[in-house]
Amino acid sequence: MTNIPETGRTPRVQIRLIVIQILVLSLLGTLGGRLWYLQIREGDEYAAEASGNHVQQVVEPAVRGSILDARGVPLADNETRLVVSASRTDLLKMKDDGKAVLIKLAKVLGMKPAEVMRKVRLCDAETPQPCWNGSPYQPIPITDEATAKQALQIRERAEDFPGITAEPEAVRRYAAPGQANTAQVLGYLSPVTDDEITKAQDTDSPYLRSDQVGRSGLEREYDKELRGKAGVTRYEVDNLGRVIGQAEADEAQPGSNLVTSIDSRVQRVAEYELNEAMKEARKQYDDNTGENYKADSGAVVVMEAKTGRVVAMASNPTYDPNAWVGGISAKDYTKLTGKNSNYPLLNRAIQGQAAPGSIFKVVSTAAAVEAGYDFDGRYDCSSSYSVGGQVFKNFESQGYGPINLGRALEVSCDTVFYRLAHSEWKRDGGIDPKGKTNDYFYKAAHQFGLGATTGIDLPNEVTGRIPDRQWKQNYWKANKDAWCKTGKKDGSYVEKIAYENCLEGNKMRAGDEINYSIGQGDTLVTPIQMATIYAAISNGGTLYDPTVGKAVLSADGKQVSEIKPQSHGKLPVSGRTLAEMDEALAGVATRGTAAWRFGGWPQDKIPMHAKTGTAEVYGKQTTSWFATYTKDYAIVMTISQGGTGSGASGPAVRNIYDALYGVSDDGTINKKNALLSTPQKSLPTVRTDGTIKSPKVVKDPAKDQRATQEGAAEPDETQQAATVNTPTTGNRNTRRRPRRRGSRRMLT
Amino acid sequence: MTGANSFQVSGYGPARAGWTRLLARDSLARRLDWPILFSALALSMIGSILVFSATRNRTEINQGDQYYFLIRHLMNTGIGFCLMIGVVWLGHRNLRTAVPLLYGASVFLILMVLTPLGSTVNGAHSWIVLGGGFSLQPSEFVKITIILGMAMLLAARVDAGDKPYPDHRTVLQALGLAAVPMLIVLLMPDLGSVMVMVIIVLGVLLASGATNRWVFGLLGAGTAGAIAVWQLHILDEYQIARFAAFANPSLDPAGVGYNTNQARIAIGSGGLTGSGLFHGSQTTGQFVPEQQTDFVFTVAGEELGFVGAGLIIVLLGVVLWRACRIARDSTELYGTIVAAGIVAWLAFQTFENIGMTLGIMPVTGLPLPFVSYGGSSMFSVWVAVGLLQSIRVQRPMSA
Repeated sequence: MTNIPETGRTPRVQIRLIVIQILVLSLLGTLGGRLWYLQIREGDEYAAEASGNHVQQVVEPAVRGSILDARGVPLADNETRLVVSASRTDLLKMKDDGKAVLIKLAKVLGMKPAEVMRKVRLCDAETPQPCWNGSPYQPIPITDEATAKQALQIRERAEDFPGITAEPEAVRRYAAPGQANTAQVLGYLSPVTDDEITKAQDTDSPYLRSDQVGRSGLEREYDKELRGKAGVTRYEVDNLGRVIGQAEADEAQPGSNLVTSIDSRVQRVAEYELNEAMKEARKQYDDNTGENYKADSGAVVVMEAKTGRVVAMASNPTYDPNAWVGGISAKDYTKLTGKNSNYPLLNRAIQGQAAPGSIFKVVSTAAAVEAGYDFDGRYDCSSSYSVGGQVFKNFESQGYGPINLGRALEVSCDTVFYRLAHSEWKRDGGIDPKGKTNDYFYKAAHQFGLGATTGIDLPNEVTGRIPDRQWKQNYWKANKDAWCKTGKKDGSYVEKIAYENCLEGNKMRAGDEINYSIGQGDTLVTPIQMATIYAAISNGGTLYDPTVGKAVLSADGKQVSEIKPQSHGKLPVSGRTLAEMDEALAGVATRGTAAWRFGGWPQDKIPMHAKTGTAEVYGKQTTSWFATYTKDYAIVMTISQGGTGSGASGPAVRNIYDALYGVSDDGTINKKNALLSTPQKSLPTVRTDGTIKSPKVVKDPAKDQRATQEGAAEPDETQQAATVNTPTTGNRNTRRRPRRRGSRRMLT
Repeated sequence: MTGANSFQVSGYGPARAGWTRLLARDSLARRLDWPILFSALALSMIGSILVFSATRNRTEINQGDQYYFLIRHLMNTGIGFCLMIGVVWLGHRNLRTAVPLLYGASVFLILMVLTPLGSTVNGAHSWIVLGGGFSLQPSEFVKITIILGMAMLLAARVDAGDKPYPDHRTVLQALGLAAVPMLIVLLMPDLGSVMVMVIIVLGVLLASGATNRWVFGLLGAGTAGAIAVWQLHILDEYQIARFAAFANPSLDPAGVGYNTNQARIAIGSGGLTGSGLFHGSQTTGQFVPEQQTDFVFTVAGEELGFVGAGLIIVLLGVVLWRACRIARDSTELYGTIVAAGIVAWLAFQTFENIGMTLGIMPVTGLPLPFVSYGGSSMFSVWVAVGLLQSIRVQRPMSA
């Protein structure tokens, strides 16, 4: 039907028209191809991008759970502030962009309208502060210091204040009830890092940028439980950010509450007594070094003997955990972590390790019995013991002649254990053992749980050290090069030691085992390990994993998951031997090395068991150890560079027991004054609204205790006593001036 | 001419009576190009739905009436349809005599734009606001008058049988005729329209049978002109920015690259069958600017997917294919040139408009024929359909 050549229809035009037609078709083909590429081949990618485009998240942080003591007294909780915020999305829906509402709001809050407007505007390059730097979909806080009356005005007339909310918001607070600071046990929070956010992104509990994360102590160990789950609402928005629909909403789940076995009153007494003991020690003159004791650090653990639960755990020096709330200042940070700080952040009850000295003898006794020595055998308690020209002295004791192992514990006779260890060493083959060695003394230590963590529910527990053959070998391998370089046969003491170590540091020498048998030498233990051991001796031999957490209560109090005591082993001691050791340790308190500290103690009613320890540390003053137990509690105290066991730590431990059982100095028991004569078994009562009942908190149980124990007290302490039952509200203003308050507390 | 006469169509067929005349082999109804008519109508209807989807939530421009743009788009289509009937009724040959007048009127209108009567929309000073929500974009009409004017000049001596091809003088005259309005539009500045006009001139010259020297000369001049425009900074900031964003859309995702980026996200997220009408999140969320006009194709891409968007391309392809056939089948050079000019115009505008939403062409303010909202554009494309129909109707039926 083409080409009717009438006029003008030349082949040239015809060809060109066909070219145009082909060109047009290919252009359309290009469009189709490109369309296919975008929609079919890369469609998924663009779909994902589109959904990212139009969905915005608003995050409602979860309220962090409280940490409570055994009676329900909050050790760490949240302070409620009334925060008035404005929702930009709601305001922008109004005709005047919410201006009228903001002016009304300013009037209620007593602020200038302009000030309020400035707070809700979004920050950009041209907008100076104040302005809102966060997500425009997040409610913008206008003030966090609204009074209850202002909040009520806003809430009651909600229709007058569309888009405005007055909500209480939570801020962490370490309440220190009755002055119980508990700093290292509680730990602290600090803002989440970018790394953590990325890591937790796809887990079931992602972090928010504003989140605080537990960094140490219980806050860290139970972070997941305490933190709860933030609520996320996803909104569909248009290009201007106006909300056009709500896509999804996950309610915020408040964090669970942690009930601990800590009793804030006992905790306060323990902290106070530890501090007093250290202050007292610093007044004492040390004959060995020719200066007063430094008493630079110390720790005390009060443990339920039958469960391993920690009733009190104090570490000195300490600090105020409120310093971390709302971001720590650089100055405070140096104060807590700097070189001259003496590291108050360390929880020395689980992170401080030292040679145990004589409190280790319970291990040696058990080992000796295990090795076949009769508990009631006769062992010579001479004033010294010589091996190959080396003289090992009887440190704390004098010569008692032949005595049994029980008496050796009572009077803490070193030479008895020297002898036993030496003969075992010889039985094992001496310096060059052939075949398998028994190593009863070392095996027993491991069986007692030493050289390993106890498994307490606090982070960064240290293991201590048992200097057995394996350890010696590894240690020698790591250090022999240095030793062989510096060691000199006839040099100074250090050089001589290095020389010896270079030659045979990998071998178990007689002196090593002898020193070890009384808890000296390279042995290191932590207070929590020793408390676990003495609790085990008290309870019949079960080594419990120490626990601070007792139960996790859901925020509404309906779900309670109890943290049950778990054991990590039995003492390698027969029932008979245990009973004998128990009797011997009671003897220590009544007629042995600790007897002078337990004068007037009602031993018939509350049998007291104790073991003192004074550990030598090369180049330092002696470490004071005091390990004790009754049928309910085990208390272990240590003071670094503090003097002897009974001398430095004795009175403090006695005072803690006095407080627990309500014992006066003259030995009478007054149940009314007893803080906790039997361990707290039940959990705090939860009210129907999920809040937890807690008893009234006295101002300072430690001072009250001292007053009641002594009967006739000093004037200022009577005044304290007069305020015994006054309910304190001392928690109210803790956060505003945390530092000043903290330092005052440490001085008391 | 009377109405009844018009259906006898220039006396090519014998006169018959009654409705059988309509169905007769050489009747007007039989001669009309139905594929073009059907496609143009379908595109306009699809356009109205897309425009409705894009604007029903845009309270800031639809004056609170979600049907505001829908109704106007349908009205424009109706007016365009009437214009088409008018053109067919008059016949392109009769219109030929009116070409000088139409040309003069359109040039006058674009001159008016340069006076304070004109107003600026999206950086282009190419509008005359008439009030009552109506405005005129005269450059749309100039596209037609350039085609008609050049065709008249170029075909005059060839159709008279004097010469096989237009001579140099005639070509020069025709170019001059096109150059005047193009310069004015360039001053607005409405670069997109100028580009369309350059393509139109090229198509017209090709179809006129002007020697290759003219065609290649014009291509060379166009390239040189583009370079000159670039070098002499005749372009405005925003125009350069658009080109820069085309070359690299991630350059400024919040600014210039935003259009292209959002358009591509909208289309890409559509997939095979789209998110469903009125369910496109990009569209509902108004992430794509100018979505009812220049970026209307993104609505189709997102809500109707590859199927719907592909259909639009196919329908436009039908129009262009039929228009090419009409150009080739016309018995006189005048009709051929007019049809070829229309093909060049619609083809380029289609490619540029869809191409920019797909990110293969730079962003310019050109509407998608039939689909985009906009009265002037709608009227002119329907007039073009009228011209095509008239050319087809007035040639003798082939055997």
